[in-house]
Order: sequence, then structure tokens, then C-alpha cells
Amino acid sequence: MTFTVVAAGAQSLVQDTGRPGYAAMGVSRSGAYDRASLRRANRIAGNPADAAGLEVLMGGLRLRAGADHLVCLSGAVGPADLDGNPVHHEWPTLVRAGQTLTLGTPVIGMRTYVTVRGSIEVAPVLGSRSTDLLSHIGPAPLTDGDVLTVGSVGGEPIVGEPAGGQPEWRLGTGDVTLQLTSGPHTGWFIDTALDLLCQTRWAVSAESNRVGLRLDGPRIGRKRTDELPSAPCLRGSIQITADGQPIVFGPDHPVTGGYPVIAVVHDADADLLGQARPGQGVRFGR
Amino acid sequence: MNLLPYGDTAVLLSCESLDEARRWHAAIETEVEGYDDLVMGAESVLVRTDRERVAAIRAAIGDLRPPASVPPAIGSAVEIPTRYDGPDLEAVATHTGLSHAEVIAAHTACTWTVAFGGFAPGFVYLTGEDERLHMPRRSSPRTRIPAGSVGLAGAFSGVYPRESPGGWQLIGHTDMAMWDLDRDPPAALLPGHQVRFVESS
Repeated sequence: MTFTVVAAGAQSLVQDTGRPGYAAMGVSRSGAYDRASLRRANRIAGNPADAAGLEVLMGGLRLRAGADHLVCLSGAVGPADLDGNPVHHEWPTLVRAGQTLTLGTPVIGMRTYVTVRGSIEVAPVLGSRSTDLLSHIGPAPLTDGDVLTVGSVGGEPIVGEPAGGQPEWRLGTGDVTLQLTSGPHTGWFIDTALDLLCQTRWAVSAESNRVGLRLDGPRIGRKRTDELPSAPCLRGSIQITADGQPIVFGPDHPVTGGYPVIAVVHDADADLLGQARPGQGVRFGR
Repeated sequence: MNLLPYGDTAVLLSCESLDEARRWHAAIETEVEGYDDLVMGAESVLVRTDRERVAAIRAAIGDLRPPASVPPAIGSAVEIPTRYDGPDLEAVATHTGLSHAEVIAAHTACTWTVAFGGFAPGFVYLTGEDERLHMPRRSSPRTRIPAGSVGLAGAFSGVYPRESPGGWQLIGHTDMAMWDLDRDPPAALLPGHQVRFVESS
């Protein structure tokens, strides 16, 4: 059972929820940027929550079904159609053999998640089907003409029940608000640094990617200028780099970093980092 | 040691030295359960879990006493065959006051220890006892360092597993693969290993 990639779009990647446990080898967890959206789409498609789907950056993906499939779209919201007929967001959608699913450019958010009942079958690397663009681990990004294999389905229920505690989709075009905990290196910055971080309306830079979300705004000054001994980092770590601007680490972050970490975004909120658009406002709260 | 929250799913042990960090890492590895990742830094240890388990892990670490010394190395030393033809060998000789031959002798005589992994898969920071080899990073990093480059920076030595930009002082080159996904484990060196560089022609 397959899909043919008629058009891959700007960046379409196979992602599950990543490969934790390999940090000692310098391998980051990687996985879907917006994990909650991938999980919601998996449940609606009747998959285990952490199954492999596609992460599509700014639309452009066209898939032609080789057999009947159940699919679901979640995450970034935009026009999507099946042979010209609109496809509903976060809805189990039957795709018949020969039909073509087309994702337009999102109007809210950046990354659309496409799941299919049975999940995407590709050889796992270090226990995961996630594509890590920094470490070059996992499946290659999709290209035109690729054929995706869909796994066969066992005795699971047709539509999975949502687990408790999943955050509701709360992204719009307004400011994104993220909760943080002050970081281990706050003493490296001027005394007002954390206040400045939390009082500023930062703008997402177009230089952002799966490694990190760069933010434009006032310079955050340092008290200590010596080099930080390399320290382990996570998705959500907020580093202040040499230009005094924050970068919030994404799923393909380097395992250790040499810049001081002023704060760390809470894990569930870090999903929204993958959906904030260039120019969109970002605010932090303690 | 300061035990600090790191976001809402992790804790960070901020230590005074690499030695202290390694002792805490050994204690957690032996005595604590329920984490997803345990990661060494130069002077810190990160313990990552999820929101449901982080409080219990923090309490368990609070009850620990680390061993008085770092645990012994794992297995025998891994040998890295190295051609000492690096572009910064001259700069290292000048800075240290040693001849080229003395730099090579010092680097190969030293038993290096894998302290922690870092910025790329298969890259590890190596510590050694010979302080003569401490070097500052290059003031202007290179945009392209070949895979297999053997270098020095600060108190560390290391091998670049793949081509990348970098600021380390390059003294040589190895053909040994530091990272190979077809190998198990894919990393040639892991924290706790010892390493010796062997001069090859």
C-alpha cells in the first residue's frame, strides 16, 4: 500500500516523536517539531500516538494514493483538497486509490502533519523514523517521485481515543505565548535580562529552522564574557548568542551548546515553536 | 553542586569541575531510574524525563552521595591511528614552546579519557593529563574542517567525525570512522572510554 509523492513541497519530512536516549553519542531526540499535532493526527487516523507521519513545511505536498487509505491533517491550517474537494482539518479522511491529496500554503502556522492509518513505513535508524536535519540521521527529505509505503493495520480501533491532557490547538495569527523556567546561566547576563526577555514582544526571524527559532528584538547584555563550558541543551533551551539575540532550540538542536542558556521553554509549549511564522510575535511568561 | 530545574521536564546538576560532574553522572547511572536521557557537559549533568516523573527524580538525586572518585575506564584504550600533518601543528609548537616532534610525542604519550559528547554525532571531548597541550581556539574559525581532523582546544583534544566548520587547532588526521550508522554502537568513542593516539605514516 503506497502513496506516490507527486510534489514534495519545500520541506516534507518523515517524523515520529523522535529518538530519546542517544544524547551521550551526540544525537538529539529530533522528531516532530509540533508533537501534539502529530499525536492528534495519529489518534484520528487510528494509529499509535507516536507513529511516523509526515511533517510538511509551508504546504506544497501532493500525494497520489496507490490504494484506499485513511488520512488526517493537523497542525498548520490552510487549503487542502482531494481531487479538488476540500479536506477538513483534523478529520478522518478517506482517500481512494488514484486520488490526489494536495496541501496548499498554510494561513495559520508553518507545519502541517499528515498521518495515514498504518503509518509511514521506512527503515528506522537508532530506533526512530525521524529525520534529523542537523545530524543527517533518519530518512532523507521527500523528493518528487518518491514512493511511500504504508504499514498494514492490525486489530487496532478505527479511530483512537484521545489520551487525557493533550493541549488544544491554540495557534492563531496573534502573538504566541510560551511559558518558561529561568535557566542555569541567568547569572551570566545583566540583572534585568530575564525581565527584558519576558517583557519584550519578540519577532520570529526568517532565519529559523528545525535547529532553532531565532528571535529579533532588543539586545540582551551579558555580565560575564568568558566562554561557557559546554553544557547539555534541550528543545526549548533559550540561548543568547554573540549578537545578544535569543535562539530557542528546536528538535534538531545540538546536544551541547557553548552559549549561556537564560531560560528553558516548557516542553508542551515548545511544540508551538514549530508553528510560529516569520514576523509573528512571541512572548515569554514565567 | 547546584541542582537546578531545567524547564519543566529536566534537572541540571551544575558542578565545580568535570571530575565532580563525572562522579555525579556515575552515581545517577547506578542509583536512579526513570529518566529518558542522562547527558554529560563540561561541568554539568542533565537528567531529562517528563513532567510526571521530574519531581521524583529530583528528590532521588537530592538523596544521592556521589562516589569519591571517578569510576575506572571501560575496557582497554581505543587506539586512533593518526597522521600528524595538521595545518596548525606549527602554531601549536610555537604556542607551547615544543618542537613538532615533542608535540606529537606529548599527544601520543597521553592516555586521553572521553569526558562527554557534544555538537555532532560521534564527536567527543577528550581530556588528558598533559597541560602542555592546552591551546586556545583559533581566533578565526575555519568554515570547512575535513572529517577525521584531530585537534586541540582549551584543555581538550578531539576528532571531527564529519566535515564541519570549527575553531579547533588541527594537528593531524585519522581515517578511523568516529561515526558509522552501520556499526553497533555507531559511535567509536563513548563517555568512560580511554583513548590513545598512535602515530602512523
